Amino acid sequence: MDSNTPIVSIQDLRKSFDETPILKGVSFAIEEGDLVSIIGPSGCGKSTMLRCINGLEILDSGVISAAGASISREPGAPLDAAFERRTHDLRQRVGMVFQQFNLFPHRTLLENTMLAPMTVRGMAREDAKKAGRALLEKVGLGGHAERYPANLSGGQQQRAAIARALAMQPKVMLYDEPTSALDPELVDEVLHVMKALDAEGMTQIVVTHEMRFARDASDYIIYMEGGHIVEISDEDEIFENPKDERTRRFLRRFI
Amino acid sequence: MKKITLLFFLALTFILPLSLHAEGKPLRWAAATDSNAPFAFYGPGNKLTGFEYEVIMAVAREMGREAVFVPNDWDGLIPGLSRDLYDCVICGIEITPEKSQEVLFTNPYYVTYEQLVTAKGASQVNALDQLQGKQVGTLSQTASFNMLSDTPGVIVKTYDEEVNAYADIVHGRLFGVLLDFPIAKYYAFANPNLSFNGPPFGQISYGIATSRGNAELATEINTALAQVIASGEMRDILSRWGLWTDMMADTFGQPQNPSLPDTEYRAFVAATAEQPSLVNRIIGYARFWPLLLNASLLTIEVSILGMVGAVLLGFTLAIMRVYGPFPVRILATFYIELVRGTPLLIQLLILFYGLPNIGIKLEPFVAGVLGLALNYAAYEAENYRAGLLAIPKGQMEAARALGMTQRQGLIHVVIPQSFRLVLPPVTNDFISLLKDSSLVSMVTLVDLTGAYKQIATQTFDYFGAGLLVAAFYLLIGLPFVRLARYTEHCLNPAAHSGARPSRLHKPQGKS
Repeated sequence: MDSNTPIVSIQDLRKSFDETPILKGVSFAIEEGDLVSIIGPSGCGKSTMLRCINGLEILDSGVISAAGASISREPGAPLDAAFERRTHDLRQRVGMVFQQFNLFPHRTLLENTMLAPMTVRGMAREDAKKAGRALLEKVGLGGHAERYPANLSGGQQQRAAIARALAMQPKVMLYDEPTSALDPELVDEVLHVMKALDAEGMTQIVVTHEMRFARDASDYIIYMEGGHIVEISDEDEIFENPKDERTRRFLRRFI
Repeated sequence: MKKITLLFFLALTFILPLSLHAEGKPLRWAAATDSNAPFAFYGPGNKLTGFEYEVIMAVAREMGREAVFVPNDWDGLIPGLSRDLYDCVICGIEITPEKSQEVLFTNPYYVTYEQLVTAKGASQVNALDQLQGKQVGTLSQTASFNMLSDTPGVIVKTYDEEVNAYADIVHGRLFGVLLDFPIAKYYAFANPNLSFNGPPFGQISYGIATSRGNAELATEINTALAQVIASGEMRDILSRWGLWTDMMADTFGQPQNPSLPDTEYRAFVAATAEQPSLVNRIIGYARFWPLLLNASLLTIEVSILGMVGAVLLGFTLAIMRVYGPFPVRILATFYIELVRGTPLLIQLLILFYGLPNIGIKLEPFVAGVLGLALNYAAYEAENYRAGLLAIPKGQMEAARALGMTQRQGLIHVVIPQSFRLVLPPVTNDFISLLKDSSLVSMVTLVDLTGAYKQIATQTFDYFGAGLLVAAFYLLIGLPFVRLARYTEHCLNPAAHSGARPSRLHKPQGKS
């Protein structure tokens, strides 16, 4: 792939809830293999944007492309079957990790990883099992494959959720505040997994309040406020020398 | 595959009974046997007996047809005729102009009068207007009810069973009871606390009721009846039952003295007069074992099939209501509110007696199962809906984010979790359904409640029979409660790992 072709590209993304605009025209592009952190105050639209990227929220207008799939919409355009199909296609290339893990509580960790490949891809049970075990091993949960989510710590659950998303072999991983629901001492084990994925070349977009991680691991940082992207900067640059006054005000609280 | 087998089985139970009564040979006759001595009732040994039973057997024999008995409730006897559940009804039905509008009566086989019964030593009554201001009991839909209603000032109380009416004289709740002579003779005459009071009132004739469109059958029965009367067999039957009266002798132009001793009457009085010891009474119940066993089986069958239907339909309704497009949601909501807002009994009666008016005739078993299923589906739907809504939104989101369709998310993620949540309420509903299945006795099925009626009216032991049948319901229900607990335990994921049982993972609200 041409290294200049972005793997994720968002153009003029707009989204309102009940007439309240949340995203007021957001555009950016991400190169393959980058780890990008999105930061900003609560309600700035960063989670909504992430959810738009894999179709959990339907965009009002704009263009979203990721890993070769793309959805676009004119303002007020009806949601037809073709749009549904493209959204479905997009989702399969993009993995998502939630703040609350959202593991399936009635299934073991291994079954959590096997379900989507088997139902969506039609993968054989034995193959799904083998792949699932490998992924759990990778996130350090090899010994817990047969356990149920309810019996694990938050950090273990979130790592399992990452393994579950990876089972669909996504080209891009999205994280929606992946460590916000965790006790502080469990945060690092999750971030560790994400850093390891970065080292393997996975493209990752992380909505986070974890400034230390954002600074340590990100290739660059997007700062959002009021439904706009305010600043896109190098990870050190934004912390030491933010260009925009709003960014400066926000970051002051963390330093 | 399982689903298909089940559907096939359901379809079978619906279709099979419809194709059964094609042969027209046997004479299907109906009566309400509960508390029905001396007409047609279950006597000792749980055998059908009674003077009407003997009359119809004799008539059928003369017709060269086999008599086949079809049980029904008193209130359903005439509707059952138009439903073609049977060919004729013989059940002490008085020939009146109003009833002749609905059915075609044969010639009378018995002519009698109303007899007043009061407490022993009560003031003498010579005319009905002497009953002014007094409470008098009778049965609904009878000639005596009309006679009492036409007498100003009488406070009329109607009963479902004559035994209860006569008992209320003894209890001091009634001054007297006015009922057909055969009833008075069998239920009051031998009672030392009661006595016949006053002259015969009125004159009434019992006829065999046939369908109005079936004049051929009525003629055929009339011919046979005439032979039974002319041969003296009718006089023999009525004499043995102690019912050969002067009025009958005059009507048929035969001698006034009975041709045979009243052995059947004496046997009945002997059987009902003795107060058996508790032990003997319990032993006496042993003869009802086959009845209770069959009735229990029917109750279980109706309940399980009803529940299976309710679960399948209720589940569909819940999915329609939670995930369907707007018109589908409205449709499901409408059905649920309609069914929950009307009594199950009325629904059953409409299914069984109402639908034939628009050409849909259901067998009693099918109507019973269908009624329970359609009714409980509404309640199940609400259970499942609550179960579906109780699953955190994040579960479906996670499924969608993994590339599953909504359908896949429902099947693999949401429904399995809600299944466990709804198991306890659904079990409770099954226990309720088991008890509500007693209403199918209203559409002629002899389930446990039907058996209760039979036992109680044969033994007059309403208390014992009630306890007995209640115990059967309890025994049937218990295993299902245990089964549900067990299933619930097995479905709990924490139970597998030996860790402390924990509730479903419930995320905090996201800020």
